[in-house]
Amino acid sequence: MDLVKPAIGLIFWMTLSFGIVLFILGKFAWKPILKALKDREGSIQDALDTAKKTKLEMAALKADNEKLLNQARAERDLMLKEARDTKDAIIAEAKTKATAEANKLLKSAREAINTEKNAAISELKSQVAKLSVEVAEKILRHELANDDKQKQLMENLLKDVNLN
Amino acid sequence: MFKFPIKSIFLTLTLAFFIGMTAVFAEPETKKEGGEEKFNAGELIIDHISDSHDWHIAGDLHVPLPIILYVEGSGLKLFSSSNLEQGKAIYEGYTLRENHIVAVSADGKINEEATAKIWDISITKNTASILMIAFLMCWIFISVAKAYTRNKDMAPKGMQSLVEPLILFVRDDVAIPSIGEKKYAKYMPYLLTIFFFVLLTNLLGLIPFIPGGSNVTGNIAVTMTLAIFTFIITTISGNKHYWRHIIAMPGVPSWVLFLLTPIEILGVFLRPFVLMIRLFANILAGHIIALSFFCLIFIFAEMSKGVGYSVSIVSVAFTVFMGMLELLVAFLQAYVFTLLSAIYFGAAVEEAHHPPHADNEQQTIV
Repeated sequence: MDLVKPAIGLIFWMTLSFGIVLFILGKFAWKPILKALKDREGSIQDALDTAKKTKLEMAALKADNEKLLNQARAERDLMLKEARDTKDAIIAEAKTKATAEANKLLKSAREAINTEKNAAISELKSQVAKLSVEVAEKILRHELANDDKQKQLMENLLKDVNLN
Repeated sequence: MFKFPIKSIFLTLTLAFFIGMTAVFAEPETKKEGGEEKFNAGELIIDHISDSHDWHIAGDLHVPLPIILYVEGSGLKLFSSSNLEQGKAIYEGYTLRENHIVAVSADGKINEEATAKIWDISITKNTASILMIAFLMCWIFISVAKAYTRNKDMAPKGMQSLVEPLILFVRDDVAIPSIGEKKYAKYMPYLLTIFFFVLLTNLLGLIPFIPGGSNVTGNIAVTMTLAIFTFIITTISGNKHYWRHIIAMPGVPSWVLFLLTPIEILGVFLRPFVLMIRLFANILAGHIIALSFFCLIFIFAEMSKGVGYSVSIVSVAFTVFMGMLELLVAFLQAYVFTLLSAIYFGAAVEEAHHPPHADNEQQTIV
């Protein structure tokens, strides 16, 4: 059968041309193509890796920002709290000071009043004494205006005296 | 940069197929007119699937091809096949008998002694097709390679985007799984060349007229050469582990080795042999079936013209179906040839310490 009998000429040309094609393509086509494909895959991989890394960096940055923000917030709260405390302290101090001052004033006023009162009382006392003496004088003058009365008084006084 | 989308290739192939039908249709009729010979389907089919010394177009139209003979004792002889007129004429004592160059004596009888001295290395139809495919491949892939270096790190376009999936397919689905990540790179040029060579010749064989019409991968000399390439590369790459498994499979009792070793040694030669037969038989069978459907038309037409016409509708439908099937087979056989070559290379370079069942798997693929 001719069909299953390989022809020598065809084998010769086939070997030659296939060998040459293999050599030429291996050197000038497959090598650059496979290299380019590999390079491209590498660059795609690189790009993907970079994107991943950037994403992670972004996330880290975001977390950092969040942290900073939280820190700032906390700081602000602290500052506000401190301010409030300071305010309260100042107010409290002012209050105490004012109370003390008021007390002091009150005390001195009370003292002044006391002094005035005492002075007034002593004045009143001396006035009263003077008036009493005058009254007594007037009464005595009136009582001892006539002799009878003087005598009667003497008698009364003498009555009380016991001559032992 | 030429554009060559896959759609237009498919369209061209389909179109070529239909045009080709008309060429085959036309031919037997001219034969009939010529001398009222009876239509011989077998002869027509064999004529279409065999290699020939000139390229038949239609009717009596032939493209002459150079005939190169190396004759022991008198050196190289080179002349055009048109001088032989398909064996009807004798040129310098040579003529064609059943597609073979023979030496004839003056009285027209075949000179057996002189014929035995002829080494026929003519550029036959298949050789011309192979050379054409060789040039086509160099042109396509070198221009693609240039495109890769020019458009570095860019999306492929044009021809690049057509061949890139195939190249990646051969690399990622054939070479790497069969040979392994570490060693596949060395075999990539061969695997790619063989894949595209078989694919392109298969596709070219589907085009029934010039520049197609040749039955390259359905020719045993071609598939034999390809199988021998695979065999030589496998044998050269074979490491200690590979040969040890062939000569004395480790972990097998010695009395089994008496049986196993001859089988293994036979397997070494059987694998490329089966590789050769598979591609050859698949492509040849496809061509024979497609042609047989055409011949049915003329066989029936000889009985009656009406039957011939009605059968032709069925025949064309079947041939279109066969054409589609052949298109699938063209890809499938290119893939199978490449895959099996890759598996053989993978077995040859495989290192020791692997799961024990991996061997059995490879044994079954022959």
